[in-house]
Amino acid sequence: MTTATATPEEPKLTKKALTADHPTWCPGCGDFAVLASFYRALEQLNYPHENIVTMAGIGCSSRFPYFVNTHGGHFIHGRSVPFSAGISLSRPDLTVFVFGGDGDGFSIGGNHLDHVARKNVDLTYVIMDNQVYGLTKKQTSPTSPEGFKSKTDPWGAIDQPINPMRKLVNSGATFVARSHATQVKHMVEMIKRAAEHPGFAVVEILSECIEFFPGAFDSSVKRKGGEFITIDEEEHDKTDLTAAMTLASEPWPGRFGVYLEVIRPTKNAMEDALNAKAQAKAGTSAPAELLKSTFAKMR
Amino acid sequence: MVSSNTPDSASDDASSAGATKSLNDVVIRMAGNSQDGIQTIGAFLARLAGRSAQDVMTYMTIPSTISGGPSIFQVRMGTGDILSSGDEADFLVAFYEHSYENHIGALRKGGVLIYDSDHVNPDTSDIDCLAVGVPITSGTIEAVGGSAKEKGKNIFVLGLLCRLFDLEVTKLTRLITEKFGKFGEDVIRNTMLAFDAGYAWPADNIRDAYFKLKPAEEASGHPQITTDGNTAMTLGLLTAGVRYGAGYPITPWSTIMETLRTELQKYGGVFVQAEDELAAVSYAIGMAYSGHTAITGSSGPGLSLKMEALGWATMAELPLIVINVQRGGPSTGLPTNVEQSDLMQAIYGSHGDSPRIVIAPQDVEDCYYIAIEAAKLAKEYSTPVIILTDQALASRIEAFDEPDVDKLHIDPTPDLSPQGEDFKPYPIEEITRHAAPGTKIEGAPYPTVTGLEHDEHGHPTGNPALHMKMTAKRRDKLRKLARELPRPEIHGDDSGDVLLVGWGSTYGPIREAVIRGRNQGQKIGHVHIRHLNPLPPELERIFSRYRQVFVVEMNDRGLYGYGQLATLLRARYANPAIRSITKTDGLAFKVSEILQGVEALSGERNVNVSNYPDV
Repeated sequence: MTTATATPEEPKLTKKALTADHPTWCPGCGDFAVLASFYRALEQLNYPHENIVTMAGIGCSSRFPYFVNTHGGHFIHGRSVPFSAGISLSRPDLTVFVFGGDGDGFSIGGNHLDHVARKNVDLTYVIMDNQVYGLTKKQTSPTSPEGFKSKTDPWGAIDQPINPMRKLVNSGATFVARSHATQVKHMVEMIKRAAEHPGFAVVEILSECIEFFPGAFDSSVKRKGGEFITIDEEEHDKTDLTAAMTLASEPWPGRFGVYLEVIRPTKNAMEDALNAKAQAKAGTSAPAELLKSTFAKMR
Repeated sequence: MVSSNTPDSASDDASSAGATKSLNDVVIRMAGNSQDGIQTIGAFLARLAGRSAQDVMTYMTIPSTISGGPSIFQVRMGTGDILSSGDEADFLVAFYEHSYENHIGALRKGGVLIYDSDHVNPDTSDIDCLAVGVPITSGTIEAVGGSAKEKGKNIFVLGLLCRLFDLEVTKLTRLITEKFGKFGEDVIRNTMLAFDAGYAWPADNIRDAYFKLKPAEEASGHPQITTDGNTAMTLGLLTAGVRYGAGYPITPWSTIMETLRTELQKYGGVFVQAEDELAAVSYAIGMAYSGHTAITGSSGPGLSLKMEALGWATMAELPLIVINVQRGGPSTGLPTNVEQSDLMQAIYGSHGDSPRIVIAPQDVEDCYYIAIEAAKLAKEYSTPVIILTDQALASRIEAFDEPDVDKLHIDPTPDLSPQGEDFKPYPIEEITRHAAPGTKIEGAPYPTVTGLEHDEHGHPTGNPALHMKMTAKRRDKLRKLARELPRPEIHGDDSGDVLLVGWGSTYGPIREAVIRGRNQGQKIGHVHIRHLNPLPPELERIFSRYRQVFVVEMNDRGLYGYGQLATLLRARYANPAIRSITKTDGLAFKVSEILQGVEALSGERNVNVSNYPDV
C-alpha cells in the first residue's frame, strides 16, 4: 500500500504499542507466530498508528484484531473482505489489513475474495490456513485433504479440496504469496511486501492447528524431516500468470514465496480518475451547486 | 378524421358532461407495449405539467420481460392537490387491440377513447364513450419517412394530446430537445416531424366538447421540479451528504444505484456495484465504519440476504441507510408490482434482538426528505435505518417545490478529532459515539468493532449482566427516539366514526378517500405513519377518538386476519377497534377500493378489497 510513513517527530511504532489482549488461541497454535510476524512487519513499515486498520471475519484466526492495538474489528463470517474494501475505497488515508482462515476465505467468503481481488481494491489479505474448522471443533474445511478424518467426515474427507494458490493466482489478485507459520522471517517479508504492494495483495500462511490437525504442515518443516522450499525469484517470472499457475499446481507441499506480482491500476485509483473527469465536466465539486444544477434540469 | 363510429348517444352524454363539468384535472391512460415509449410521453406530460405549475401524478406498469409485453402509463394533471393517479381514466389511448380490450374498463363513463386505427378496430356500440380512430402508425410513418418506420408514434400521440389540451408547445418542444439533443440533429428533426403531425391532426371538436384544463394559478413563485420517487430519494441522499454506498441490481431498486453510481463521481464519492447483496451491505457497513453516512439498498429478496450483516450493524451500532423498494413477494414474486409486505421483515428481519429504525415516505416529495431524515437519524442514534419505499413510489412521477439545498445540505466530512484516555465507544448510559479509523487515541486502547457482545470499550464479553445492559442500551435509544418523534398529523375529522391509518405510498389515495367520504357526510379521519419503528407518540389517544380504526395496507391479512401494520398496532395498543383493509393484487389502492373497504367493514370481517374474488 502507499500510505506515507510517520513523520520523524512521531514515536516509532513498537510492538508494545501494538499489543492488545493476550491471544486466546491454544498453546502451540501456529497463529501466534503470524501475530508476532505482523507486529514486526508493522514496526518496520512504521505507518501512522491511527491509520492502520486490522479487520477479520469469523473463526479462530479471525480473533486476530483483538490482539492488535489498532483500529479494527471483527465482522461477520466470510464478509470481512468486502467490508474492508469499503474502508479502503472510502478512506485512502488508511492502510487496511484483513485476517481470516480457510473457512472464512475459501468457503463462506470464496466468492467475495474473487470479486474484490479482480477489482484490485488496495488492501492486504492474510489467510491463515489450518485445513480444518477449529473454532467449531474439527469439521472438514474446504482445504482439508482427501481422507482427513473429522467430525463431519469420520471415515475421511471425500470431497476434493480447494488448491488455495491456484484459486488465488486465478482470482485477479495482483500480489499472491505463500508462507509458513514456522518461518517468521519469511512471513515478515511476505506481509511487508504485500502491504507495500498497490492493489489487492494476498498472503496464504500455512498455520498449524495443534488441537485438531497437528502435523498437517510438517512436510515443509526441517526439524520434522521436511523441507521448506522457497521460490527462486530470479528464475520465476512473477508477472507470468501461467508460470504462477504451474507453481501453484506443484504437488504438496509445494513452494513458498511470491507466486505473482503484477502492477495493474487499483480500483481506488480508477475511481479517483473517474471522479476527476466527472468533476471537470460538471465544472464544480461544490455539493449545493451540483444539486442546484440537477434540479434545474428537472424543472 | 374524427371517428365515424361514435355512437350518437355516447356523444350526447359526453358533451353534456363536458358542458357541466369544468375540468380541474384530467386522467390520461396510455396503453401499448413496453417498447413503444409510452413512458417517455408520460414523463413529458408530467414534466410539462410541473413546468406549468400544475400538479401532476403518474402511474405506470412495466412488464418484467426485457422488451415487449403490455405496458401502461397513466398521468393525472391539473390544478390543486393531485393526491392519486386517478381511479378511472378520462382519456384512453390504445395502441393495440389488446390495449383496448384490457383497458377500456378503466375508461370512465363518457370518456374519450383514442385508438390506433391501423391496429385496433373496436366495437364500442355498448360502451358509453367517444371513440376516435386515429391512424397513429401510418400517420407517423408518413410524417417521418425513411428508415425510422413506426418509431416516433409515441411522439405523434404527444403532439395530438398537446393540441387537445392546449398545452404549451414551446415548453414541450424545449423538453423534447433537452431529452433527444444528445442523439443528434436527425433524431430531433424526426421527433419534431412526428410531433407536428400529431399536433396537426384535426381533433378540435373533441377538445371543444370535452377537455379544457383550467390554467394553473401561478403558484408561490417557487419553481417546481418533476421527478420520480427513486430519483427524489437519490437526490435526498446526495443532499444528506451520502457519498459512499454499494448495491446489487434488482428491480425496482436498480435505478437508485444507477443514479448514485454516476452522480457520486461529481461529489467525489464512490458507489460500488458489488458481487451480491451480502457483499453490498458489507461494503456499505465498511464505509460507515470509516466515518461516512453510507447507503445500501435493494428490493425484498435482497433485503432478506442483507439481514445477517444488518444484525451486525445493530450490534456494533454503526449508522447505515438501507433502502428497500418493496415489490410483490414472497420470493421473486411480482417484481414489477407494488406491495407493502416487507414491514415485518424490515422491523424484525435479523436474528436476535436487533432493533433498528424503520421509516416510510408517503409520496415522491417525501422520498427526498425522508432520505435526509434517515441520514440524520442513522448518525444521531448510531444505528441502521431502513427506508421502506415501494414500486409505486419508485416509478411514479410527481411535481413538487424545488428543495432549498443551501439550507438542507449536510457536510459529510468524517469527524476524526483525537480522543483521550476516557474514550469509550459504547457508554451504557449514552448513545454510542464511534471514533472512525484515522482518529488518534491517546492513553486508551484503539477501539474494536464487533458482532460479539461487548463492554463499553468494545471488548468481547459473555457476561450475562452486561448482555442484558447492552441489549437494553440498543433498545432504549430507540425508545428515546420514539419520545422525540413528531405527533402524526390528522387529516379530515379529528374524531368520529372511522380513522384510516396508512403508511408509505397509500398516502394520496387514503387522503382522497377521506375527502370523498366527508363529502358524502361521513365522520372520517386519516393518520399516516411515517415512523414505523419506533412508532410516534400519541397514537393511542388519537385511536381512542374514533369508533373504528381501519389500517389500509397492500399486504395479506395473514393467518389471524390482520395486515402487517394492523398486527403491530393491535399488539402495541391492544385496541380491538383496529381492523384491516388489505389487498394483494399488486396494484396501488384506488380511492374507490378504500371507500368500499370502509363500507364493508361495518360488518365483523376484515376485507380484501381488490377487484378479484375474496380469496
